Amino acid sequence: MISYVIQRVLQAIAVMLAVALVSFLLFNFVGDPIDNMIGQDASIDDREAMREALGLNDPFLIQFGRFTGRALQGEFGISYRIQRPVSELIKERMPATLELVAVSAVLALLIGIPLGVYTGINRYSWISRVILTLSLVGVSLPTFVIGILLIYLFAVIWGVLPSFGRGEVVQLGAWSTGFLTVTGWKAIILPSVTLCLFQLTLILRLVRSEMLEVMRTDYIKFARARGLSENMINFGHALKNTLVPVITIAGLNIGSLIAFSIITETVFQWPGMGFLFIQAVGFADIPVMAAYLVLVALVFVSINLIVDVLYFVVDPRLRADKAVSAGNDN
Amino acid sequence: MAISERKGKPALGAIARALDSDIFHSFIHSPVTVISAVVTLVFFIGAAFAPWLAPFDSFDPGALDLMDAFTPPAWAEGGVPQFFLGTDDQGRDILSTIMYGSRVSLTVGFVAVSFSIVLGVGSGLLAGYLGGWVETIVMRLADVQLTIPAILVALMIDGVARIMVPFHLRDQMAIYVLILAIGISDWPRYARVTRGSVMVEKNKEYVSAARVIGVHPLFIMLRHILPNVMGPVLVLGTIGLALAIITEATLSFLGIGVPPTTPSLGTLIRVGNNFLFSGEWWITLFPSAALVILVLAVNLLGDWLRDALNPKLR
Amino acid sequence: MALLEVKNLRVEFPTRRGTLLAINDISFSIDQGEVLGVVGESGAGKSLTGAAIIGLLEPPGRIAGGEIWLEGQRIDGLDYKAMSSIRGARIGAIFQDPLTSLNPLYTIGRQLTETIIVHSGMSKKAALARTIELLAEVGIPAPDQRIDSYPHEFSGGMRQRVVIALALCANPGLIIADEPTTALDVSIQAQIIALLKHLCRNHGTAVMLITHDMGVIAETADRVAVMYAGRIAEIGPVREVIQHAQHPYTMGLMDSIPIIGHDVERLRQINGAMPRLNEIPNGCAFSPRCPRAMDRCFVDRPELMPTEQSGQAACWLFGEGNSDGGGDG
Repeated sequence: MISYVIQRVLQAIAVMLAVALVSFLLFNFVGDPIDNMIGQDASIDDREAMREALGLNDPFLIQFGRFTGRALQGEFGISYRIQRPVSELIKERMPATLELVAVSAVLALLIGIPLGVYTGINRYSWISRVILTLSLVGVSLPTFVIGILLIYLFAVIWGVLPSFGRGEVVQLGAWSTGFLTVTGWKAIILPSVTLCLFQLTLILRLVRSEMLEVMRTDYIKFARARGLSENMINFGHALKNTLVPVITIAGLNIGSLIAFSIITETVFQWPGMGFLFIQAVGFADIPVMAAYLVLVALVFVSINLIVDVLYFVVDPRLRADKAVSAGNDN
Repeated sequence: MAISERKGKPALGAIARALDSDIFHSFIHSPVTVISAVVTLVFFIGAAFAPWLAPFDSFDPGALDLMDAFTPPAWAEGGVPQFFLGTDDQGRDILSTIMYGSRVSLTVGFVAVSFSIVLGVGSGLLAGYLGGWVETIVMRLADVQLTIPAILVALMIDGVARIMVPFHLRDQMAIYVLILAIGISDWPRYARVTRGSVMVEKNKEYVSAARVIGVHPLFIMLRHILPNVMGPVLVLGTIGLALAIITEATLSFLGIGVPPTTPSLGTLIRVGNNFLFSGEWWITLFPSAALVILVLAVNLLGDWLRDALNPKLR
Repeated sequence: MALLEVKNLRVEFPTRRGTLLAINDISFSIDQGEVLGVVGESGAGKSLTGAAIIGLLEPPGRIAGGEIWLEGQRIDGLDYKAMSSIRGARIGAIFQDPLTSLNPLYTIGRQLTETIIVHSGMSKKAALARTIELLAEVGIPAPDQRIDSYPHEFSGGMRQRVVIALALCANPGLIIADEPTTALDVSIQAQIIALLKHLCRNHGTAVMLITHDMGVIAETADRVAVMYAGRIAEIGPVREVIQHAQHPYTMGLMDSIPIIGHDVERLRQINGAMPRLNEIPNGCAFSPRCPRAMDRCFVDRPELMPTEQSGQAACWLFGEGNSDGGGDG
């Protein structure tokens, strides 16, 4: 078990280093950082002075080391566009994104898993068919279209919910939360529903297909042959076996939510990190982009690590094996 | 059925066999699938022949008349029959812009998917055939990339590549950058499937036999691997097309997709979004509907294809 | 009264291209405590028969006709709830692969106590004690320690013993054993068969032993039914059927089994192959491959009729007018 964890951690570090490298290259070699900072009319001497001061003439590895060191402390320089330290910007925007993602995750899991179980058990009922059809439509609706539709219905036509912003936020130390105000909650409804819809349909379909697979196994057949009741089979046996792989799904789901939050934040002008990133791309604001890259990579790598370990803990079969195969082929 | 009963011109025989096959059977008997296929075809034709079929040439500035701007759809108050779905802020006919927009969306989607397939199948072949560290690296890469949502990968690559392109070339290169980004974001699935197939074939005796005769085993394997892999790749590709279209639309909506000179459905939606609050809903909602219908149709086709080609369900 | 009576059972599969008849009018019975072997090639319908009896036919398969009687009660039309009270308690089942028959996420102790409680209403403690007893009975060493083990921690043979314990724990009168040894090593096969035989004799349990392995049948069964293309070709006491096969198909089967010590140039086989479900010929299904086929065989389908021995065969060789096993070529 320990060797497994160490293996995984080492891989995670390797990935992070690779991402840091890309980030670093972006920083120093795309366009000329000096140009970005002083502008193009500065004299050649001034530039040289700046280069020396910033350590841009030092060997590659030293620069990379310096960059990584700073990155580990959250230092990413100054945003070209806003002219404020990147780390400050990220700290400001993180609560917004995290709250949005949290609400969406809860919604997606709370609705998606039960629906998936239901449609797996009652395969042919008309309710299941309706749910499945809706889920197919859900997968085909791009997130931003959902957002626009919801805005149109609830903000333009009915005017009951706000179409942008977070509402009033309360500052709790470093964290600004929208959970403590009515306008805060009103503001988070549309974005979180938009964000969770895609995940919800995905979870629903995955849980359903897992459930269907499990229901066809020999051990379920044997359980029936032993005279176990329908309820015992569905909820005692099938459910447990279905939910084990769903743990991975839920974990990866969080990663997906972070990805799609970029879109949702843009549609609703939600002041989170995703929105910041898009604005940075439009403006070629490299420090922000580089920081976001590293941050996102960190999040994904951590999630994967945690999910891997969780899986190990939950599935007794894996504990016996020393060599764990690297994922299933779907 | 005895094969002898199907003599006759080979081509006709093949068509007859295809029409009699289980796949076609399940196709015809599923009304949803037939409708999806028809819808997709309609979009195709509309997009491919837009310059000839569209009522107006949306991008000819000379033909535009600002007096036509903000016309509602034909059935609403104030609408006129010639601008069936209304006009936008510059007087462009929405129906025509949708047709031209679909053209861009479909083109980018197709080319991106083809790129994914070539990249994915190619690397899967290499990984499976060469084995060793090549295989480890490729498959690990695929695994890692699969844990990141495709849209994020596309976003990152697009964002970064954009910055690397010199400013004055940005618009020109935007489409290529976009196709590259979307293409790279989806290769792992094809790689996995292909490598799996290679692994299965690699250990068969005919490969060793081929080596003995002197024929390169790779050629023989391709002859056997490709047919096996065709089915799953087709299914993945159809669903991948839907995904590519959505990704392109999303990136264009965010402003980092196709350049403004060749708007896709995503761009149209983005532009139209500005007028949602002032009441000109048709400018954004019709392109949105078109996008959704197209993606839904492709997804349904992919769903049917997957069920039809799944040996377990036959 | 026989324990199990199957009358004119028909099982069909509706498919897109039409309905396939997988079991075409079979009738047989099993008495208390007797072991009936059911042999046949893959696809002959043996497993389906077992599935139909215990009510676990997989959709779209369904019983299209006939009757199944258990101890004088008709069971073929019952709903899921009614059948589930019969399953385990009155009819048990054992399947081929012991690894996939057990839920990998639950200990075997849990799976056993659960089944016992469902059927007997015992307390958890009592059920646990019974579980340990059962495990000892099927030959699991140190059962009190192994109740906390997971299925993957057992070897194949041990797993099948657990499966047998599970099937027997509610004391059913009939066990349907579907290829119970096919997935096991040959050396383990003998042990498991001996165990099954021993336990069933002790508990007075009847067994419907489905297999394609004649050797197992010879060792274990009292009577044997030979199935072909969804029908019973021959049925009778085991000794007789093996040593004095009556139906040409059975004769071909027996002939094709090589005898150790006898040198042969080529292995004997029956020419041709069993027809697919949608290509079953008119008349007797075996007629195209039968060396003794008569004109009548291609037209009329033979029902089971008495043979020279004490069993029955579905063959026109034993029809009226043919009192001797010969008859015109």
